[in-house]
Amino acid sequence: MSGNSALRRVDWVCVLIFFLLLAMGWINIYSSTFTEESTSIFDTSQLYGKQLMFIGISLAFIVLVMALEASFYERFSSLFYIIALVLLLGLFAFGKTIAGATSWYDLGFFNLQPSELAKTATALALAKYLSDIQTDIKIRKDQMMSLLILILPALLIIPQPDPGSALVFFSLIFVLFREGLPLWYLAIGFLAILVFVCTLMFGSVWVAIGLALIVGIIFLLKKPSVRIPMIPVIGFYVLTLAFSLSVNFVFENVFEQRHRDRFSLWLRLEKDPDKLEEIRKTIGYNTYQSEKAIESGGFFGKGFLEGTRTKGDFVPEQHTDYIFTTVGEEWGFVGTSAVVLLFTILLLRLVHLAERQKNPFSRMYGYGVVSILLIHYFINIGMVIGVLPTIGIPLPFFSYGGSGLIGFTLLLFIFLRLDANRLKEWN
Amino acid sequence: MKKLVLSSLIILIGITFLSRLSYLQLFRISPNQILEDPAVTIVYDYPERGYIYDRNGDLLVANQPAYDVMVVPRDVKPLDTLEFCSMLGITREHFIQRMEKARIYSPRLPSVLVPQLSKEDYASLQEKMRKYRGFYIEKRSLRDYDTNAGASVLGYISEVNEWDLKSNPLYELGELTGRTGIEKQYEEVLRGRKGKKYIQKDRFNRVIGPYKEGSLDTLAKAGTEIHITLDKKLQEYGEQLMVGKRGGIVAIEPGSGEILSMISGPTYVPELLVGRERSRNYSRLHNDSISKPTWDRSILAEPSPGSPFKTLQALAALQEGVISTETTFRCYNGFYVGRTKRGCHCGGGLRTMNSGIYKSCNAYFAGTFRKFYESFETTDDAMDVWEKHMKSFGLGDYLGYDLPTGRPGRIPNKAYYDKVYGDGRWTSTYIISNAIGQGEVAATPIQLANMTAAIANRGFYYTPHFLKKIGDKTIENPEFTQRKYTTIDPEHFEPVVRGMADVYEKGTAKWLQVPGIEIAGKTGTVENYTRIEGERTQLTDHSVFVAFAPVDNPRIAIAVYIENGYYGARYAGHIASLMIEKYIKGEISRKDLEKRMLEKTLDHEYAKPYSGSEFKINEYVW
Repeated sequence: MSGNSALRRVDWVCVLIFFLLLAMGWINIYSSTFTEESTSIFDTSQLYGKQLMFIGISLAFIVLVMALEASFYERFSSLFYIIALVLLLGLFAFGKTIAGATSWYDLGFFNLQPSELAKTATALALAKYLSDIQTDIKIRKDQMMSLLILILPALLIIPQPDPGSALVFFSLIFVLFREGLPLWYLAIGFLAILVFVCTLMFGSVWVAIGLALIVGIIFLLKKPSVRIPMIPVIGFYVLTLAFSLSVNFVFENVFEQRHRDRFSLWLRLEKDPDKLEEIRKTIGYNTYQSEKAIESGGFFGKGFLEGTRTKGDFVPEQHTDYIFTTVGEEWGFVGTSAVVLLFTILLLRLVHLAERQKNPFSRMYGYGVVSILLIHYFINIGMVIGVLPTIGIPLPFFSYGGSGLIGFTLLLFIFLRLDANRLKEWN
Repeated sequence: MKKLVLSSLIILIGITFLSRLSYLQLFRISPNQILEDPAVTIVYDYPERGYIYDRNGDLLVANQPAYDVMVVPRDVKPLDTLEFCSMLGITREHFIQRMEKARIYSPRLPSVLVPQLSKEDYASLQEKMRKYRGFYIEKRSLRDYDTNAGASVLGYISEVNEWDLKSNPLYELGELTGRTGIEKQYEEVLRGRKGKKYIQKDRFNRVIGPYKEGSLDTLAKAGTEIHITLDKKLQEYGEQLMVGKRGGIVAIEPGSGEILSMISGPTYVPELLVGRERSRNYSRLHNDSISKPTWDRSILAEPSPGSPFKTLQALAALQEGVISTETTFRCYNGFYVGRTKRGCHCGGGLRTMNSGIYKSCNAYFAGTFRKFYESFETTDDAMDVWEKHMKSFGLGDYLGYDLPTGRPGRIPNKAYYDKVYGDGRWTSTYIISNAIGQGEVAATPIQLANMTAAIANRGFYYTPHFLKKIGDKTIENPEFTQRKYTTIDPEHFEPVVRGMADVYEKGTAKWLQVPGIEIAGKTGTVENYTRIEGERTQLTDHSVFVAFAPVDNPRIAIAVYIENGYYGARYAGHIASLMIEKYIKGEISRKDLEKRMLEKTLDHEYAKPYSGSEFKINEYVW
């Protein structure tokens, strides 16, 4: 019985962490949506009641995922991907707009957000494509094709508009790197981000000077016998400068004021303390409130349902994107570090699981799972604790929302199902 | 290696997050979380301030409600401004201005639109208030005085300032605190304890319930009433007598040290420092730098004591055995210091202690003083003994009564004169003026009254005080209930008291006798100077009088000091006699004295230094 063996071989560490996160998430959602009139936790007119229902649905999906053959997911991954694309396209015609974003289908009892499911589908499709015997990641054409697979859903999501969710798909590039996309792509990517940030903080002139210094030092330190071709170095230098200059142009002319403000806040670009304070109170209001709420929790936190800022609704979107502030305020550093540690262990464990897959599809999908969870966790908590600019994406297993929860559950458990099956691969 | 990239990234992110979180939650967390938390507000329930009663249980100070018209700008709906303003008694411009101010402060929080409406205005407004959305009336408690007297003793209360807030964490902005007098001295008793309610609010500053189910809340505890030793009727009477005069009156019950009345002239009606006109009135009083109505002369003025000080010279000399009561000195209508003659008004002739006192003979006391000093080997020794005796009467230092201000007066000692004249370069002739209460000695009226009480008690006094009862509890403070003995043996007092009684019988105050009461007193006439355009100019003498009555079993000891009132029996003597009669008999039989004191003022004297022209002092006619 494949079902039984799957249960026996499933990675219980991941399952345990999953349930821990789920439970902690729900407790905090309960706290942030709790009102004095609250009666039963199953009251589905309340958000915590609804979330409990979504948890139930997710559990049903887990059973379903575990019951199906492992090969099912590989076989039908392209179909899932196409369905996901169709659903995303369909939003342009039938989508429901909530808070300015047309990201949902109204199913009556439930608003379905296809972008949450598209993440799983894209991870599957990418794994499927890369694991194909005919795909060679060293070939430019195949590289482009892989990129297309992950960019396509992102392109459909950006105009909703939901740039945060779109960004998630780019995290799948990690899968490509794991499978052989040259690392210098990554290096260039990092360099671009570095130049971007440095340009904003210090200006193009200093970037040019700094870069010239670095190049100069390299030339001074090299052994005389080593010859460095001059033309590529000059070309690299010119390109970097051009990029730096274009950063200024894009920042001033393409970005909107709200984007500029976010960067001003993040990188402390605004030197005038009064204006910075002004930005903190307006565009930075969310971050300001969330930092304050977390800060006020101290080491042990204020206790369950005792978070004053949570009760007073000071942090906007607290039950969704800012759910981590409730952890911070009510459970203190004990709670927040527990969450960070749980995520860290879960992600490391998943990397380990992915690496032990014999089947390339499973391995690549595993990497996709890690990439998607990692970017959510990184951006969400980073934003909430004020180390990253505001980008609205949920914290997996924690944030309120049915589609998200079901999407992440499917994402994780499909991989756990594949992993449980790894010893049978050559059967 | 490639496999490690992602794992390292995960770990790196974990470390970054943990360090940022520990910075936020372990280092940046402020110790005053609850005070900075915008979600928790502390609402205070202000207790009623304790009432103040006089020694007979008559009410002096109570509380009255005052009504502030408050506004929450955001809740204001369009209204009939004209009608509303006329109801509040303000102009439209004023209204618009206040509204703007309130809006700038906060659209969501209440601001005071019109402070401290009277009860009458409130009654008419209350009905119509419902019509005006966003406005409401908040009740506050202000002091309500049941007397026009006692302002300088009772003191006043006012809003706490920055300094109070810093120095005492019990206060919050907008609270009231005792500023001077009894209100300040017994602030902690009168204030009570405010109740605290922690309220949970949401981000719109709306109340959503108690914080932690009210487990941190405390109940308000009303202020405790106190009874003070003032006699309301006597205090009021004394202030009537002081109208138009500058100076101080202090009356003490010798048997207990209780202060029966303490009057400073000119004074003000305590009600002036309550309500909407408070700050305007306060500036007006405070800025009157000529008559200084807020300067309490009964405890802050330090004139020379004048002739009443002679009684102590007699006592010190008797105690040291320098003279007997029969020792005589001849008065040559004055006495000689070296070759210069100092005058005396006693009429001249041979003086014993008795006539020396009742005729207030300067020569007698100069002689006594000289003899006192000559009986010691060195002037330094004499000075030390003299200083010890004088100080044992509570002179030359803060008395320790229960008011927040005071002055020490001065009993000069050898250190003082060494500083003035150089080490050891002075003799008794340099300081002989002290014998007649002029020269370097200085005493506040309350010190003079206390000195008189010590004589009345024949050798001891209780520290003068105001506190009688806190709630139902009579004071037990040993500071106020234990006798303080002078360094003079009791038997030496009788001849001095006799002399003082004779002041009334046949001496300087014989016109001031009160039928049915045997009074002992002593007049004093104090020379004084001021500077007019840089030139030292003598002004009309201060009139000083101390007395106690009845001579046996004294019930009241009093000191009266009237600036520029001329000789002692004139203003001070009149007032002292009237006060004594009022206190002991309850009514005045000497209507002639009373009429004169109620009618006469010294404004013409006080105008002299400012007249800019030549003026005469010590005019005999009055």
